[in-house]
Amino acid sequence: MEEIIHQELESQEYFINMGPQHPSTHGVLRLVLSLDGEIIRKVEPHIGFIHRSIEKMCEHDSYQQIVHLTDRMDYLSCHINNEAVCLAVEMGLQLEVPDRVKVIRTIIGELTRLSSHQLWWGVMGMDLGAITSFLYGFRDREMITDIFEETCGARLTMNYNVPGGLMFDIHPNFQRRTKEFITHFKKKLPEYDALLTNNVIFRERTVGIGILSKEDAISYGVTGPAARASGFSCDVREHHPYSYYPKVQFKEVLRTEGDCFARYQCRIDEMWESLSIIEQLIDNIPEGPYKAPTKAVIKLPKGEFYQRVETARGEFGVYIISEGQKNPYRLKFRSPGFSNLSALDHMARGSKIADLVAIMSTLDLVIPDIDR
Amino acid sequence: MRSIVNYFKDIIFGLNSLVTGLKVTGHYFTNPKEIITQQYPENRDTLQMFERFRGEVVLLHNENNEHRCTGCSACEIACPNGTIEIINKKVDIDGRKVKALDTFVYHLQMCTMCGLCIPACPTDAIKMANTFEHAVFDRSQLTKVLNRPGSKLMDGVK
Repeated sequence: MEEIIHQELESQEYFINMGPQHPSTHGVLRLVLSLDGEIIRKVEPHIGFIHRSIEKMCEHDSYQQIVHLTDRMDYLSCHINNEAVCLAVEMGLQLEVPDRVKVIRTIIGELTRLSSHQLWWGVMGMDLGAITSFLYGFRDREMITDIFEETCGARLTMNYNVPGGLMFDIHPNFQRRTKEFITHFKKKLPEYDALLTNNVIFRERTVGIGILSKEDAISYGVTGPAARASGFSCDVREHHPYSYYPKVQFKEVLRTEGDCFARYQCRIDEMWESLSIIEQLIDNIPEGPYKAPTKAVIKLPKGEFYQRVETARGEFGVYIISEGQKNPYRLKFRSPGFSNLSALDHMARGSKIADLVAIMSTLDLVIPDIDR
Repeated sequence: MRSIVNYFKDIIFGLNSLVTGLKVTGHYFTNPKEIITQQYPENRDTLQMFERFRGEVVLLHNENNEHRCTGCSACEIACPNGTIEIINKKVDIDGRKVKALDTFVYHLQMCTMCGLCIPACPTDAIKMANTFEHAVFDRSQLTKVLNRPGSKLMDGVK
């Protein structure tokens, strides 16, 4: 008799599709979940729904034209992606860009990071069921997009960098608006803590969920705030500084817990760091040209060039193989989202479906970045 | 005993955190002036776009229906997506056959608004306009001819 009852209660693994249209998958990502009741046994991400073969398209474009394609990869940190391509091309040309360019690139890069984190904060709240945070995040992000629109000419896909410098000089209002934003946002950032960080429901859903150890973070190639929350010091700005970062004072945000809440706090602390970096630079933009002179047709010498930068999600790399032509022989992007996604299965095993949503949003996946 | 104390501590902490959050939202509920929302379709007449906003490519004409495009195709080469198509013609000027612009075709549906064509133009003939309401019912309406009928090259532009 006992055996029969046991057999009836024995659970059976079953599969369920999460996405590609699920609202909390941040885009067209399909996750095949292998479930035992509500407990996740395995997560299998299926990617490639918005693959646009950007790497192949780059092989037919000139070096100036490649820049605008990187806007479409990680669209939330597009300025930093553009900068990576430009830095790689400048490395190939052995071109020294003026200090003014470096400072402006750094300021706008940090603004991009802020706007990306603000959107992530809003979306993270919404994934966990709080619509308020989404509206608050977008309210503050609006000021940054206005700055971008006025100076760069677009709100999201800015394409402000060109190899050798910037497309045009900053707008006269740029400094005033940025200072206004800093004073505004310094008052608003504590609201974020009041709304989410200290909220009891939010803490219950994030503390101790989706733990990633430092060793696993390194072996899966996780970078960015997701890895720094596990104690893996991997900030490219600190270890391989580019642009104006060597001359800026900032500290790398590190936590050791490795759970969802640590990843959350890492990003919140990074916002404060970004604000302090912008504050240091905004009054000290040196005078000078906004572009180093380049030829109309850029031809890189034969060789291989690799440049890494720190986007809002992690380490982004551009690897150019040049044969001396006006377009690259091969171009490879190392995108942070792809490596971060590979750790999802490891982190989600044994947790509930609702935890998977929290883990995914703290990884901050951007699907066009994964698919390319 | 300790577990009971912790239990009540958790409840107080939880209630406190909820009240803190409600204070923030309550502040905006009672001070609606601090909310920044643009009522977009209603404020269309007063809506000011930024000067540098990249909406679509336009060919500039002056009041005599003259433009500055010589038909050199520099923008066509600079464009990454094949958005711009320059069709040239030969015209007689003082008995010489000279290349001139016939049709400036602009495929808006392929344009990514990257703005690479603007610095490429040697005569500053084109610029990015601020318009952004591009939705139409038929795809063929997105293919535009930018030079106006009967327009010709401005004097002194080479």
